[in-house]
Amino acid sequence: MKRFPYIPHTEEDIKEMMNVIGINDIKELYKDVPKLFEGDLNIPESKSEIEVKRELKELAGRNIDLDEYAMFRGAGIYKHYIPSAVYQLATKRNFITAYTPYQAEVSQGTLQALYEFQTAICELTGMEVANSSMYDGGTAVAEAILMASRVNKKHKSLVAKSLHPEYIEVSRTYTESQGLEIELINYDEKTGRIDLEELKNKIDENTSSVVISYPNFFGVVENIKQIKEILPENVLLIVNAYPLSLGLLEAPGKLGADIVVGEGQSLGNHMSFGGPTFGFFASKQKYIRQMPGRIIGETVDEEGKRGFVMVLQTREQHIRRAKATSNICSNHALMAVVASVYLSIVGREGLREISYQNYQKAHYLAKKLIETEKFEPVFEGEFFNEFVVKPKFDLNKFNENLFEEKFIGPLNLGKFCDKLENHALFCATELNTKEEIDYLVSKVGEIDEITL
Amino acid sequence: MRMRKFTKTHEWVEVEGNVATIGITAHAAEELGDVTFVELPEEGKEVKKGDALCAVESVKSASDVYSPVSGKVIEVNTELDANPEIINEDAEGKGWIVKLEISDESELNDLLTEEEYKSSL
Repeated sequence: MKRFPYIPHTEEDIKEMMNVIGINDIKELYKDVPKLFEGDLNIPESKSEIEVKRELKELAGRNIDLDEYAMFRGAGIYKHYIPSAVYQLATKRNFITAYTPYQAEVSQGTLQALYEFQTAICELTGMEVANSSMYDGGTAVAEAILMASRVNKKHKSLVAKSLHPEYIEVSRTYTESQGLEIELINYDEKTGRIDLEELKNKIDENTSSVVISYPNFFGVVENIKQIKEILPENVLLIVNAYPLSLGLLEAPGKLGADIVVGEGQSLGNHMSFGGPTFGFFASKQKYIRQMPGRIIGETVDEEGKRGFVMVLQTREQHIRRAKATSNICSNHALMAVVASVYLSIVGREGLREISYQNYQKAHYLAKKLIETEKFEPVFEGEFFNEFVVKPKFDLNKFNENLFEEKFIGPLNLGKFCDKLENHALFCATELNTKEEIDYLVSKVGEIDEITL
Repeated sequence: MRMRKFTKTHEWVEVEGNVATIGITAHAAEELGDVTFVELPEEGKEVKKGDALCAVESVKSASDVYSPVSGKVIEVNTELDANPEIINEDAEGKGWIVKLEISDESELNDLLTEEEYKSSL
């Protein structure tokens, strides 16, 4: 039994090839590779296709189907409606096979879809330029911090504690090996917004950038304008935005953001366990040379016909690897194409309507929960579709009960922060019906209060 | 007294007093194709001979420009910001990139004459 049945060479073929190049053992080809490990790997034996399929099917069967569940949890990945046409169009073979066009000019369709995507991101964020996507939201934030350091040659980034905790982790991973420093800025316990006094006090001559989230991890909408006013001329304001909220909230670019990045999943992408998704990245034009990723441009050919090309590729790793602005190899362009199709289908009015419904439903849910008198509001700051409340009972038990009823309850913030144990981060989107919300609220009285 | 010298890495340097004007050769510009951007160094930057002085980007590639001599950048050609194509039009004249204050004139002796450079191509 051959170990790799998909390799077409027979034993004879291999022997013949080895004779030609004058070796007796395949391992001789690897003698230049440093020996890092000897022995057998602790992994199971290979399996046949039938066995693998059977096993995967069994595993997949243990998952729940989110379509059958009411979802009240967001925290970075959201359950939004995806019009049927989105995946029908975006997963055409023409897009899938050319998802990362190295011979770009032959993939005119992909390039045009990404060009439209960039335009949509610029409009949503209120920025002048956008690239054709990043790996995900977390890496987009980290790349923005690196870019700010390239722009102003300073090494310290002040990051709001109310940024998604996992994004903070990714940013640390990216920056610590490059001699950059990350310092966290607390949130105001009353409003849930960034503590402006602490921000003011921590800005010094080494400050390169300030990173905030809009809305932040607690769902609270930061006051971008106020934050920008505090910052000295050469400190860049990086805003991590939830793109779907921008159908309702003012574009960060119009409020003074220098770089706007974010997780694009909410734009027509499936939740799929948190990935693959894509990140978006937009900036002021004057920083374009320091921006990572690729940009698609529009031009004309010799005959004057419109065509699309990749521009500014020289910052890419396939040209000068050591001097690339970014060394991440995946940009999830196909997921960006999905977003491009989604935005073209819902349109300007549609997006505004979807955003508005998110806002309305979350506010209705919050009002109803507070009315039960079993929850206390936590932050006063205005929110979009997520908010934090503190139950007077055991939140994990409440979530377990809900799960049995096919409801996915709020996130217990204790997962990320001891101080916020038993605090609930609720989310409602356009997909939550009034009936679902009312039913969830009716379940609140079923758990005895505890003294926490 | 003026003199013009060349490097193996396709830079030209014209020396007047202790100031060296530096650019890339016509041959290098030809090889690069349409120049789209020149990443100019900052004035005051100190460079050693052989250091990357700046980078020139064309449609499909990017190359470093290496300093033919050690010194301090005293002037950069800001015309190139808006019109990088000057390098294609007149690489060895209006397409100059930086002026350096030379710190060690003996380094000039290691450079190629025009004939030596031409025959090395």
